[in-house]
Amino acid sequence: MASNRQRRIAINSIVMVASTAAAMLGIIMLAWILIDVAIKGLAAINWSFFTELPSPPGMEGGGLGNAILGTFIMTAAAALMAIPAGVLAGTYLAEFGKTHPFANIVRSLSDILVSAPSIVIGVFIYLVIVKTMGNFSGFAGAAALAIIMLPVVVRTTEEMLRLVPNEMREAALALGSPYWRMMLSVIFRAAKAGMITGIMLAIARVAGETAPLLFTALNSPYWSHSLNEPMANLTVTLFNYAMSPYDDWHTLAWGAAFLITISVLVVTIIMRYVVRTRRTQ
Amino acid sequence: MSDSNVAENEVTISVRNLNFYYGDKQVLFDNTLDIAKNKVTAFIGPSGCGKSTHIRCYNRMFSLYKGHRAEGELLLDGENILDPSVPALNLRHRVGMIFQKPTPFPMSIFDNIAYGMKLHGIKDKAETEDRVEKALRGAALWDEVKDMLKKPGTALSGGQQQRLCIARAIAVEPEVILMDEPCSALDPIATTKIEELIDELKQQYTIVIVTHNMQQAARVSDSTVFFYMGKIIEAGNTDEIFTMPKNQQTEDYITGRFG
Repeated sequence: MASNRQRRIAINSIVMVASTAAAMLGIIMLAWILIDVAIKGLAAINWSFFTELPSPPGMEGGGLGNAILGTFIMTAAAALMAIPAGVLAGTYLAEFGKTHPFANIVRSLSDILVSAPSIVIGVFIYLVIVKTMGNFSGFAGAAALAIIMLPVVVRTTEEMLRLVPNEMREAALALGSPYWRMMLSVIFRAAKAGMITGIMLAIARVAGETAPLLFTALNSPYWSHSLNEPMANLTVTLFNYAMSPYDDWHTLAWGAAFLITISVLVVTIIMRYVVRTRRTQ
Repeated sequence: MSDSNVAENEVTISVRNLNFYYGDKQVLFDNTLDIAKNKVTAFIGPSGCGKSTHIRCYNRMFSLYKGHRAEGELLLDGENILDPSVPALNLRHRVGMIFQKPTPFPMSIFDNIAYGMKLHGIKDKAETEDRVEKALRGAALWDEVKDMLKKPGTALSGGQQQRLCIARAIAVEPEVILMDEPCSALDPIATTKIEELIDELKQQYTIVIVTHNMQQAARVSDSTVFFYMGKIIEAGNTDEIFTMPKNQQTEDYITGRFG
């Protein structure tokens, strides 16, 4: 008996040490990345980083104002395309399609699309939009980002709508509400917090995408005047600058990395906080 | 089967040979029944006996689901409300419903009550405020919430939420209020309040209540209907059903021998 007990204690300690070590490994890596990016990135952050165009290597000053604006424009344009389509499709799945074979197909396809490598989506848009239009463009970049966002919005919407108890629907209908009005004034309102959280996380995710932009928006050293031209963006700029041999471009790349990381982190933390306070209400 | 005991009263709903199907499966068999005006009618019976299915015909709630269909006649003030030419939205204006779980909408207490009124075209602000107060008083909730009308409905306790739902239902001034086990999620004190409220409400409304709690049926109702396996086994005065049921199955159920 005693030896059995000792054995169990020994196994317990080993597993505890191993799992703690594994957790520490993950946390250390994350902390390392964040600290490294913060130290090197903060050095690049100043007023002109946000307001000026990139300067040629060796020249003083210069910033990534055009890339920041470009990323913002393309992410916003992608959200404008993906959110209405995604919310409508998610509503179809949750409220009307349910277990209909067509709904099941849509659901599976959207699951597959979630896990599709983003570079594949970039190549697809390259063939469909860039090749046919004849040039790289901000619009193509936004379209690629929208395709990445779409399935996330679809599934979030569906899941959040399904979390609303059916009694809520029946209660609104029992008061004589038409279906559409019940959806707009009661059900979407009940699902709102979860839907917004999912959508914000999807936006944060595409804001950090590089691969789909390489083939679509490309990049540009100028301010963007039109969605029909190549558009500067943070991620591709980061990629190009990090690969360059110039020290001052490296600094700007660190700055871009810092800005992307902090934006995604801040959005995620705010959303988690919002979800938590909603739940405890 | 007989409704002779309630026949001397004015009838609000007459059910004639109501059959109900979930797809191919028949769950209600030839239900025939009269619901008396301004009385409380309780539906009792074991789980799955069809009492909820039956009550959900009165506002055609079943039509929301594919394959659910009702046959027969359901006359509300003489009009067959199963007829598809009667718009469900108008019907639900006349027949309100309270559910097992309180379902406050994700909006303020005031807006919860105003929701149904808005649906039926009441836009005037002063009138809305008047009717919200009247509905909350009618549901014995006004004194508890009058200083927090802007707070979300979900901030209330379970019993208060259920009375909020009752207030919301009476705000549109229906003729009939259906209650599908309205107290099963509530504690005894909240239950007592709802039962007292039911007693008040029958002055103005015809009430049909489904309940698993036989004491509750005995306390609140004027007539009782016993369902078993989709059939109406016995209907009559509550006092008589509980003291001298005519049917052996009814007696077995109310004395707790099965169900």
